[in-house]
Amino acid sequence: MNKPELVYVTYIRSTPQKVWDAITQPEFTRHYWGGNANVSDWKTGSEWQHVNKSNETWVTGKVVESIPPTRLVLSWADPDDLNDVSRVTFEMEPMEDEVRLTVTHDEFKTGSEMVGKVSKGWPHVLSSLKSFLETGTGLKIGCGS
Amino acid sequence: MSKTICLVMQPNGCIITPVVDEVFKALADASRRRLLDELHKRGGQTLGELCQHLDMTRQAVTKHLALLEAANLVATVWRGREKLHYLNPVPLHEIYERWIAKYERHRLQALSDLKKGLEDDSNTTK
Repeated sequence: MNKPELVYVTYIRSTPQKVWDAITQPEFTRHYWGGNANVSDWKTGSEWQHVNKSNETWVTGKVVESIPPTRLVLSWADPDDLNDVSRVTFEMEPMEDEVRLTVTHDEFKTGSEMVGKVSKGWPHVLSSLKSFLETGTGLKIGCGS
Repeated sequence: MSKTICLVMQPNGCIITPVVDEVFKALADASRRRLLDELHKRGGQTLGELCQHLDMTRQAVTKHLALLEAANLVATVWRGREKLHYLNPVPLHEIYERWIAKYERHRLQALSDLKKGLEDDSNTTK
């Protein structure tokens, strides 16, 4: 059993349901994830895609585990390199008037290029998510189009 | 394409909670910054592993880790009986957005590059 490679934690003044919706509903995601969206019916076993403003798929995978609104596990791969698949886990834990959101990105393949790509992106996306839920405005994220 | 996708940060960046004081306090100590550097080099280290790489007593490392964890600069994961420590850069990113990004990011980057270039040249290190 390998150690997880990337673990991120942020505390957000919100509820697990709102954090869940912000991650899974395109009309919210587009406000803080550089205009991109996560698209799926979010049922275990379903496909999911991370798409840009022009609806081009940047990341794709399956919903490995879905327990709304507290736990979502996804497989994560570049559609041009489906063998380089990894795993992302979102955990939403209520703590008084806040939610502790933990994002774990692990199970990278040996020599994966994905780990380098996402380690710069996650802190930005999570800061922006926190800003969006607490202030209604996300941060500027250059995701291109 | 809707205009709402053009995101603008709020003028006063009110995303900062009181936790920001703890982050600055946690960073205001050379030993704790070394601990963060060590976790940046290799995430998922146990207390024992961290002690091996740092010239600090186990008690000191424990104390510093607790403070870093309280400031949310270190995230932990239990793996069986082992507690693994990770650098959590999210609060640093929030401070960056609040205190740096909105002020002249490009000029600061140019100055930073200049400093790096000049220092690298004189030291002949990379």
